[in-house]
Order: sequence, then C-alpha cells, then structure tokens
Amino acid sequence: MRVTIEVNGERRTADDVWPGESLLYVLRERLGLPGAKNACEQGECGSCTVYLDDTPVCACLVAAGQAEGRSVRTVEGLAGGDGLDPVQEAFVATGAVQCGFCTPGLIVAAHELVHRDPGATDAEIREALAGNLCRCTGYEKILDAVRLAAAKKAGERA
Amino acid sequence: MSRATTESLTATGGGRVGDSPQRPDGNLKVRGEFAYSSDLWHEDMLWGATLRSPHPHARIRGLDVGPALAVPGVYAVLTHSDVPGENLYGLEHPDQPVLAGDVVRYQGEPVAIVAADHPETARRAAARVRVDYEVLEPVTDAETALRADAPVLHPTNPDGNLVRHVRIRHGDPAPAADVVVSGEYTVGMQDQAFLGPESGLAVPAEDGGVDLYVATQWLHADQRQVARALGLPAERVRLHLAGVGGAFGAREDLSMQVHACMLALRTGKPVKIVYGREESFFGHVHRHPAVLRYEHGATRDGDLVYVRAEMILDGGAYASTTAAVTGNAATLGAGPYRVPNVHVDCYGVYTNNPPCGAMRGFGAVQACFAYESQMDKLAAALGMSEVDVRVRNAVEQGSVMPTGQVVDSAAPVAELLALVRDRPMPPAPSAPYDLRELPGGVSNTTHGEGVVRGVGYGVGVKNVGFSEGFDDYSTARVRLEVVGGEPVASVHTAAAEVGQGLVTLKAQIARTELGVERVVILPPDTSVGSAGSSSASRQSYVTGGAVRAACEEVRAAVLARAGAGAGLAGGKVVSAGGDVLADLVEVLGGEPVERTVEWRHRPTEALDPSTGKGFAHVQYAFAAHRAVVDVDVELGLVRVVELACAQDVGRAMNPDAVLGQIQGGSAQGLGLAVMEEIQVVDGVVRNPSFTDYLIPTVLDMPTMPIDVLEYADPHAPYGLRGVGEPPTLSSTPAIVAAIRAATGRALTRAPVRPEHIVG
Ligand code: FES
Ligand code: FES
Repeated sequence: MRVTIEVNGERRTADDVWPGESLLYVLRERLGLPGAKNACEQGECGSCTVYLDDTPVCACLVAAGQAEGRSVRTVEGLAGGDGLDPVQEAFVATGAVQCGFCTPGLIVAAHELVHRDPGATDAEIREALAGNLCRCTGYEKILDAVRLAAAKKAGERA
Repeated sequence: MSRATTESLTATGGGRVGDSPQRPDGNLKVRGEFAYSSDLWHEDMLWGATLRSPHPHARIRGLDVGPALAVPGVYAVLTHSDVPGENLYGLEHPDQPVLAGDVVRYQGEPVAIVAADHPETARRAAARVRVDYEVLEPVTDAETALRADAPVLHPTNPDGNLVRHVRIRHGDPAPAADVVVSGEYTVGMQDQAFLGPESGLAVPAEDGGVDLYVATQWLHADQRQVARALGLPAERVRLHLAGVGGAFGAREDLSMQVHACMLALRTGKPVKIVYGREESFFGHVHRHPAVLRYEHGATRDGDLVYVRAEMILDGGAYASTTAAVTGNAATLGAGPYRVPNVHVDCYGVYTNNPPCGAMRGFGAVQACFAYESQMDKLAAALGMSEVDVRVRNAVEQGSVMPTGQVVDSAAPVAELLALVRDRPMPPAPSAPYDLRELPGGVSNTTHGEGVVRGVGYGVGVKNVGFSEGFDDYSTARVRLEVVGGEPVASVHTAAAEVGQGLVTLKAQIARTELGVERVVILPPDTSVGSAGSSSASRQSYVTGGAVRAACEEVRAAVLARAGAGAGLAGGKVVSAGGDVLADLVEVLGGEPVERTVEWRHRPTEALDPSTGKGFAHVQYAFAAHRAVVDVDVELGLVRVVELACAQDVGRAMNPDAVLGQIQGGSAQGLGLAVMEEIQVVDGVVRNPSFTDYLIPTVLDMPTMPIDVLEYADPHAPYGLRGVGEPPTLSSTPAIVAAIRAATGRALTRAPVRPEHIVG
C-alpha cells in the first residue's frame, strides 16, 4: 500500500508498504529517517518516541497505515537547520549522552514535557520519562539535562 | 552507500586531560544523525534473518531448506554445510559453530540463515526451513554437569564439562579461628541489555572479500574469527565500527558477523541483519549465574584469619570467556581484604543453558556479592559494625593478595568506606506521604504502613585490563599536519567507542600532548592495528596509553625538525620555561608528521595451576557503596532511596565521564540486586523481552551522591585507574544488605524478589 505522512513539515510518500509495517519501520527504512530508534519494537523502551499530531507515541506500536494523512515530528525535525533545540543542547552540555541509543526518544519525551510544564518537579520529570529506558547513564545526567532545559524554557516564559 | 558509517569526528571545543569537554559525537547523537549499526542502509541491500533452535539440546537428523527457498523474495538460505571456512569460532578457544551441524547445545543456537528483500520475508522464510530434531535431555545444572555420569557436551574437551578449575592456595591450609561464619549464595543470570540491538551490514567487495560495518567491542578479534569462518585471509575481511548502542560485554563475542558476511558473499549483495529484542536475548552471552559457598574465619577482635570458597559458574553451552571469568572470580574472590589464609576452588562449567561470558564486572561481581554478604555476617557474629569490620581488614598499598601479588599502588579501601558512611542520611518518608517516594510508587500499595528503612554497605575490587599473562596492547596512529593554516592532529585507533567517551578522551590526550586545538578522530577500523577490546575497564589505560605514546613520538619528531624546544603548546614550539620558539604551522610546513605506536602495559603472569600464585593483574580498582532502602515488608516491595558511591579513579581524565560511568555502573548493580534475571527453566529462557526482563527505569533509580578520589597509579598513563566496572560490583551487595537490615531476612540470592522478603 501507499502511505502519505507529513514528516517534519514535509509531505512524504512511501510505496509498497506491507500492512504489517510500523510507523517506525517506514520512517527508518523507507523515508531515510533513522533518528527514532528500534531498541525493543514492543512498546517497552521509548527509544522510538516521535510526535504524532503533537502527542508523543512509540512509533513501533503505530501501524504505518494509522499515520496516513497525519503529521509526524521526529528527533531530526526538532531543531531548525544545523542548530540544536535547547533540549538537545542541554543533553550534550550535561553529559546525558553516552551510547546515545536512548537519546532520540528521551529528547522527544523531554521536549514535550519542557513545553507542557517547564516548572515540573523532579518527581514529575521522573514520571514523564518513566517510559524511556537508558542502560548507560543511571539517569542522573538525563535529569540534569531536563532540569536545565526546563529552567531555560521557564526563563523564556517569565 | 547512502548512510556511511565511516565519518571522522572533529573535536574543536577545547579540553585537555582533566577537563570535561563535550563529546565530539554529541551533536550527531542528539540530532538523531549518528549512524548506529541498525541504521545502515545500502542501495540494493537484502535483509538477513536467523533460524534458531527451539531446543536446548537436540541432535539434528535432517535439514530441508527447500520450503524457505521457495518463498518469493528470498535470495539465499544457508546452513552449516555452506560455511566456507572453519565452522567453529570462539574468543578464547573455538568451540562454537557458526551454524549448528549435527547437534544444538542451547535454545536459540543458530541453525540456518536467510537473505530476502524484506526483513519480514526473511523471517517468515527462515521459519519454513524444516529441521528434524531428535530432542535430547538437556544438562541444566552446573554441579550435575561436573558429575562423572553427566553427558559430555563437548566430546573433544579433555576435561568433560569442565571449562576451567582455578585453585588459590595461600597460607596455612588448616588455620584456626575464634569466629566462623559460612553461607551459600547464588547469583542469577543477568543480561547486559544494551539498547542498540546486534546489527550490521556486510558489503561484498570486488576482491572477493567483504567489508563489514558492525557494532562490536573488538574489531580485530571479530576480524580474526570471521576470516577463519569465511576461509579468507584477514586482509580481505575489513571491519569498520558502526555506531554502537551500548555493549557491557555483550558484544565481545560474535553474533551476526559471520552470518551477514556469508549471505553477502553468496548473493553478491549487501546484507543487513538487525536482531529484534527477543532475538537479542539469544544473540549474546550473559553474566554467569553462580553458586558460591563461603566460610570466613576471624579472631575475636575481628581480624580475618581465613577465607575458604567454592564457586561454580555456569558457562552454558559454549566457552566464550568462561575461563577468564573463572580466573577473575577466583583471584578476586577474597575481596579487598587482607586475608593471611585463602583456599578457593572456582569452576567454570559447560551446560545446555544459554552461553555466558563477559558482562561488566566479569566474575568479580558474583564473588563480591558473596564475600560482602559474608562480611556482614561476620560483623553480626562479632558484634561489630559492618563498616568497622571491613575497615579493619581493608587492603592498602603494600598488602598481599591471595595470589601473592603485592598491591603496588593506592588502595584507599578504608577511606572509600568512610566516605560513604559519613554522608548525611536522606530523610525518611513522612506524612503526608508522596506515593512516588514510597515502595510500590503510584501503584498505591502503601501509605507508609509496613515501610521499614534499611542501610547497607558494599566494597569491591576489580582488575583493570587483561590479566594472567595476556599480551594486552593497543595501537594508535597520530598525525600532525597543517590544514587550512592551522595545526591539526588526527588520531586513528581501532578501539570501539561504545558510549563510554573514548572519542572525547583521545582528543583530550592529543590536545594535551601536542598543544593543538583541532583534533580529528578517525573512524575505528581494521586498517590500523588492534586496540584490544573495549572491556575490562581498559581502554583509557591501554588505548589512552597508546595515543599518548604516539603523540610523544610525533612531538619528538617535530621538536627535532624545529631544532629546538621542549614541548608544544598553544600551536607553538616552546622552551622548557614556556617561551615561544617557533610557530608549529611553520615547522610543519607542507610535511605532516605521522607515527604509529603499539603500546603495552607492564606484563602480567599466568597463575600457577596448583596454587594460583602469580602477578596476574596489572591494576586493581576499588569502589564502595552505601545503599539506603525503604522496604514494604508486607508486600516485599523495595525502593532504593539513595545509592552513595566512592571510588578511586587515579586521575579523573574526564570528570563528567567518570561520573557517568559510576552512575551507569551503579545502576546495573541495582538491577542485579532487585530486578534483573533471565529466567531459565529446563534450559529454556522464559522472559526474553523488556516486558518480562526488567531493567531500572528512572523511577527505580535513586539519587547517587558520589565521591571521586584521585590517587595516581605511578604505573599507569597519567596515573589513571580504570573506572567502568568497580561500581557494578559493590552496589548489588550494598542494596541487598540494606534490604536485609530492613527485613531481618537472610537473603542469600541476587536478585532479591518480593517472595524472598515476604515468603
Ligand atoms: S522501540 Fe518502540 S518502545 Fe522500544
Ligand atoms: S546513553 Fe546508552 S542507553 Fe542511554
């Protein structure tokens, strides 16, 4: 089948999509956007997190056909041009990236949190990121990154 | 190739040894542009899939690939008879078939491989290969496997099902003690659970060879084994490091490497293989499950008199690194303590369980859980505090280990323990309760009733680098040249960046030694000599040492060319006093200086086979933890409230990266303490998914206050001490001790499950 999705602001079409393919597979293997990751492909790790119509979802759990006609924003589409989104900047600055396989999913999840609630407490940040596994960092520096990005966002709003 | 993996990284942000510059691959990683091995793509590429044995032990009576070949879209279906070279591989000795021939020895053993134009087609075709199995009784218990009447799983092994027996005989064989405590401890099978699945892309080359882009820990060990299996000379099997999504030991052995190359060479097309999470649980070795029986004897004052231990490590179906793991568990088995009399027997064993090998901590983890549990028992028997009994017996520089090896650099074990002990305690939960701060969390299982706090300690010792006489070296090529009017250093090694930050560190070393700002890190591949494995906490030491040595040679050549000067700084040739003598750009002119250096740490020795004596380890590293837990003693739910760590790192080469290693390593120890175990029943894995094999989430992890000590090791480059593994040792026993303190239960098994607390 043919699937047409608005991805990072651009209308994209994929042909010969097998109905069992996930949105994640289509993004990664058919549209040249491997930013969203494939750590479990069963909805347990959050590494594949993307925005689907402004809501973060696990792209591995969304059938490609379900995304037909909708808009998707991936980690590749968060920053304009060659720059970094403040959340991306915060992850690099705080040392929250080791292997980085969890990073794209965490950045999308953190991006959503920081925009929704830049005043989130530590407990709220932990709850918001509970669906994103990281095996390298023990999460301490990821929390630092989200606190930093949230503080920056809160500062912008103040 | 549209998504090449072989890009250089340019590090420009500054940062010398001791600083914490940002990672040169950081921007790529946060933008989603870093090419991991599962992201690779090639025009015209095929997808590979693997058929695995559903049985832990069976004879293969027949194989029929016909039905799989008949599936439209399938290009090749290969079995053991298609392996072009030797159908055996293995890190320490080759005992594992690339594809099973007449027998399968574990559930998940690869039997056939398929290449097709879509991954789902490949998987479905693989499932259509007909295999006629004669199911055999699996050997699933390591101690049973050692009995004389057990079926021998590898008939060519002269010692039956024994992979290795290490004996340590130190001091008086029959010492007498005032106080004796004993116990039997077990450690479950832990999975490394890296997030980036096993994957890679094999591209057939015009010379009849192959280029393999893969996530691995040791390119040259892979190259040697792949070339042997393909029947090709090593120079025609070129390996390139693709982006690695974590490793922790699980990428030290081969997984899909030979399979992808076989399919690529057979079809003449690039072939990509990516394991799913379930397959990943079968695609790599795990941490050895262990049974450990200990007896500790001490004087009434609390001085250790002896340690006796018997340890049995289940190596599973193939040897992998079981022999080295056995050596580590044995030589480090008395812990970071001065013990005059030690008697250890440690066995690594073949069974039909999943193969076990390297995982962060490598044998030292299992031993640490047991000896630390024993130290707590001893403290109780003596009426001493757990910290005091440890401090009283702690090794220090000059102490003798049970191997007879003298600890010849700092060993601040007592100080590490005091640091974690003296930290302020986190406040206990109090009404009104925030559910998120109680065991069970928002499951709303308690509002504070039945919640008891406990505190526990752990300290451990880990060897750094490869031991027991292994020729442990790394190779670095460093080039200094003028690019765009600026001096630029390029660093090329084959060392695998697995997340730890070696890319950052190599640039820091080059800046420090060559006084340049701009450093290019070339992608690791087999066109430069081996760097050894990214394991054993060794790369900062060994590849760091090689990069420094190559920089020193480059610097000496530049100074010789300049005819003056004592060093390089700020892009200038400078005198010993720091006066500028010449501009580096002018000295270099159009002629680059390049040096390649193979660098070794001081040699270690094999263990004496009857006594276990020998200078086996190049360096010891130590960390201590204090765990504070709240336990719902009615439901058996645990919340780790705080996990404080103190570690000596010799020299913090990159302080931020050091913290990241300690935090991540402590988290894996927490996982082993309270949640992580591959459940194997009759040789069959029951929980190969992240739904059923749980690793810590951000809700499970407490805050981790950390003290870092820097007592330089004079034998090591910059005085550094390996960092990655020690925190994984001591966090597990500290947490279990804290749960014991809260519950009064004996808890002899890691991980602790709710039924152990309430049962
Ligand atoms: S890959 Fe989608 S949740 Fe893990
Ligand atoms: S940085 Fe490796 S999984 Fe998070």
